[in-house]
Amino acid sequence: MHVVRDIKMTEQNSQSNWQPSAVIATLKKRAQLIRSIREFFYRKDVLEVDTPALSHATVTDQHLHSFCTRFDNPMSPNTTELFLQTSPEFAMKRLLCAGSGSIYQICKSFRNEEAGRFHNPEFTMLEWYRVGYDHHGLMTEVDELIQLILKTEPAERMTYQQAFLQHLNCDPLTASLDELRALASRYGYQDIAANESSKDTLMMLLFSQHIEPHIGQDRPCLVYEFPASQAALAKISKDNPLVAERFELYFKGIELANGFHELSDAKEQRRRFEHDNQTRLSQGLQSMPLDKNLIAALEHGLPECAGVALGIDRLLMLALNCDSIDQVTAFEYNRA
Amino acid sequence: MANFSTNEFKAGLKIMLDGEPCNILENEFVKPGKGQAFSRVKIRKLITGKVLEKTFKSGESVEGADVIDTELDYLYTDGEFWHFMNNETFEQIAADEKAVGENVKWLVENDTCTITLWNGTPIVVQPANFVELEITDTDPGLKGDTAGTGGKPATLATGAVVRVPLFVQRGEVVRVDTRNGEYVGRAQK
Repeated sequence: MHVVRDIKMTEQNSQSNWQPSAVIATLKKRAQLIRSIREFFYRKDVLEVDTPALSHATVTDQHLHSFCTRFDNPMSPNTTELFLQTSPEFAMKRLLCAGSGSIYQICKSFRNEEAGRFHNPEFTMLEWYRVGYDHHGLMTEVDELIQLILKTEPAERMTYQQAFLQHLNCDPLTASLDELRALASRYGYQDIAANESSKDTLMMLLFSQHIEPHIGQDRPCLVYEFPASQAALAKISKDNPLVAERFELYFKGIELANGFHELSDAKEQRRRFEHDNQTRLSQGLQSMPLDKNLIAALEHGLPECAGVALGIDRLLMLALNCDSIDQVTAFEYNRA
Repeated sequence: MANFSTNEFKAGLKIMLDGEPCNILENEFVKPGKGQAFSRVKIRKLITGKVLEKTFKSGESVEGADVIDTELDYLYTDGEFWHFMNNETFEQIAADEKAVGENVKWLVENDTCTITLWNGTPIVVQPANFVELEITDTDPGLKGDTAGTGGKPATLATGAVVRVPLFVQRGEVVRVDTRNGEYVGRAQK
């Protein structure tokens, strides 16, 4: 069967880009690194699992774009819409609800609309969940793994609020939209600030451009207690309703991991999904089907746990001092 | 002029910024794992030559700039304008002092230059990478020096001053790299 392909495909073929984007020595290092990670979890008796890359549902987060494909079932006249997972989070949480105990997974994750020095539309993720841990306990374990792999000093820890106060002299938890706009304008983002009605967008801009480059330079930096508006799937702190029990790990200007003291309240989870979908619709994005299986599992009961996702490709970039994700993946997407 | 979205940004794209045509040099994708994506672009303003960084939210669009590069032959100057001609259509165009700028010293009659037009008006005049000019003034220097130990200043027909080896004399035609203003050699006869 002859299929008419679009121009980009033809261009790609005409270039004949068969060689890997990573050198073979790097791929050997990559294999060693993954083996060390597996040994780390084996020693701790954390179970390795393998969950589907394709699912009937996906994330609702307005900033994450799932690839969508169609399944033609030979046993059914219907075509089913399936989504490539942006992380294995939902399926792993269902295993936790089913009584798996602490688990980890190393798998491909897929994110549409992402490509650049630190992004490839498919990438390798390490995700793990620790039953009985909160975010502080899990941060300690993340630090332990990073020290093992990257031979680093123990990580520094600071709250999101401290990072903002220290580097931008602004309290992100109490700043008004106008204050954040004024701050962004002072840093040269007048055009973005003028039209921006989201405090979070301004905070993300300022954090990524004016805090991230300055933290975690000599040793990794764990930033925790993100604003409640950026809770994603983390619990809101009982002590301070302005912050979520979420953390991120930064090292040498690279965002390496994101973790949560996991939200276990099914009603709150549904509310957040629905809120995300409303935001999507207000921004002209499609609403996403809710993962009813995840909500049902949470209703059954998620054990108290913390979970974290860590980019293996970026970890390898740091281990080998590479400045582009292409150099650590066998075939970056242009060659795939 | 069409608008361009951040996903069309790439090196060489000409866009309008603060009322000035600009050339995109680099475009970097910035995105927190859980957060808004941005494009951080490095831009050269075409009139002032200033290089700066600018960040856009992914999906934003900006107006394109009607900028084209064209190859024209330099004819003459009347003191106020520098006149160029398209060798195929014989159409002539005049560039002002601002467009010619520092490059005035590399303009040689009948040499082909690259003229950047914005909305049809010349904004940048780029001479050929190499030009040949006669030396109008230089110290006689020492004979027999061939190693070029430091050399000496020489004034060329256009007023440009370049360093030349001691053995090169007034009246000779020399070849100069206009990108760094360095002497390359004596012109081939």
